[in-house]
Amino acid sequence: MTAWIAFWNILAKDMRSYYLKPPNISWGLIFPLAWTGMFLIRTGGTVNDVISLLPGVMAISVLFGTTSMLAVTVTFEKKGRSFERLLLAPIPLELLMAAKTAGAIVFGMINAFVPVMMSAFLIDLSNVAWGVVVPTIFLIAVSSTFLGLFIAVAVSEVFEAQTFSNFLRFPMIFLCGLFFPLARLPWAIRPLSYALPLTYGVDALRGAVTGSQAMPLTVDLPVLAAFCVGLFALSLRNIKRKWIL
Amino acid sequence: MTIEVRNLSKTFADVRAVDDLSFGVQRGELFGLLGPNGAGKTTTINLLTGLARPDGGTIKIEGIDCTRDSKPSQRLIGVVPDESNLYPELSGFENLRFCAALYGLRKGKRTSRARELLRTFGLSEAAHRKFAGYSRGMKRKLTIAAGIIHQPPILFLDEPTTGIDVASARMIRALIANLNREGTTILLTTHYIEEAERLCSRIAFMVAGRIVRADSVENLMQPLHGRHVALLTLSETAVSIGRSLLAAFPDHRFAMEMPGQVRVESDRPFSVGPIVRFLEEAGIEVVEARRVRPSLEDVFVEITGIEADAMRREREKMGART
Repeated sequence: MTAWIAFWNILAKDMRSYYLKPPNISWGLIFPLAWTGMFLIRTGGTVNDVISLLPGVMAISVLFGTTSMLAVTVTFEKKGRSFERLLLAPIPLELLMAAKTAGAIVFGMINAFVPVMMSAFLIDLSNVAWGVVVPTIFLIAVSSTFLGLFIAVAVSEVFEAQTFSNFLRFPMIFLCGLFFPLARLPWAIRPLSYALPLTYGVDALRGAVTGSQAMPLTVDLPVLAAFCVGLFALSLRNIKRKWIL
Repeated sequence: MTIEVRNLSKTFADVRAVDDLSFGVQRGELFGLLGPNGAGKTTTINLLTGLARPDGGTIKIEGIDCTRDSKPSQRLIGVVPDESNLYPELSGFENLRFCAALYGLRKGKRTSRARELLRTFGLSEAAHRKFAGYSRGMKRKLTIAAGIIHQPPILFLDEPTTGIDVASARMIRALIANLNREGTTILLTTHYIEEAERLCSRIAFMVAGRIVRADSVENLMQPLHGRHVALLTLSETAVSIGRSLLAAFPDHRFAMEMPGQVRVESDRPFSVGPIVRFLEEAGIEVVEARRVRPSLEDVFVEITGIEADAMRREREKMGART
């Protein structure tokens, strides 16, 4: 019980201090809107094309929503030494890091549903398999957050975390099938796509929203879950090795 | 023993920060680690609290082996680091409530405890101001309050009064003494010799990662009890006078503490009058002559070989930095 009091308060503090600030909220609204508009204009599509863009926009909103703040919530606090306070708390490291990342996961999920709400005014979403969309969004948010955590733990400066995460995030837009099918990628870089968690998340979302997907859901979701576990375990190992010297 | 450390060692790259350290702290004791910067005091605290992992040795806190995993003992300890590390965006009150939550205190208890500590530390009026806007002394007080929010039986204090004004330092020392009187076991690191002397029941002198001597203040001072010291302030630097003084007063020891200041020591009581007259006859004006009580500083210098002046310069530098 006492550990959960700590968990909830770490999450609540981070939400209040970092995530629910006006710049973040506006970023969460503007970013998906800008991407949808950009791809609609670029493809010369009509409003009906929004449905094919929606999985990619949802995924990119989660990716950027989760990873952008972890550099602050983890790297900045580590640098300012307030993170030591958390390490000294009598709660397991796993629970502590889960609390520290829960805010990013919630924020990422909220971001994903911004384009959905916008799209609902333009197109019919009654055929979307929400029972698949919600767990997929959750798993994308968790895997992206843990990717952000992995980056945040690997560096020591906030600017390094931001640079490193951009180095990974922007190629992922093109490598993970967000807006271009993987089949159109050169064969030599296709294996790279399958080494990135977002590829499986976008594929599952595409299946749930448009009905067509490259891999079965029984592959997409377990692989995504495996990425979540792997990235979290790797981050914890790095914290123990690099931060508890 | 509340804290038991055996053969503790820690190396960073090629620097041996803690070298085969062994000591124990009894329940209710106020134990001081005294040494210059880089002596390994903060590393020792980090090792004891779980912020660093030892290369060798064992650590036990209240009988719990914390050498590899300090989590089981973290509920029993409070830690006040050498730098204030609370959240700048939160108010003093919010910071304390958040720290209380980390130890699982329920909402009502968190609020009452935060209010109580803000009152104790004289910060009630600043309770709802952001921590970032606090003065250095206020930050230090709130950091100490955060360290004791869960009423830990053991408290680690790393340089609690470094870099703050005299009034705040006095208040903090009084609070530390009070906490100890109420039964809290305290391990304090400092490079203020007078602070250690005033507060601690036992002191360990730490140099280059090792404890060179650990004992009660009384026992440490024992060899100096028969020693008599006087300080003479001269109007000019008289380097060459030392040899003549020694020839005229062979039972005394003379040392030039700093330019223009001569320290006179003897194992027997002596009068400063003849020395002053001797100097004045040699054409050197004595501005001031006063007796001084041998202090822990003298013991520290004698045992460690580190001049108190060097420590003083260090702490002035630190004070300016923090």
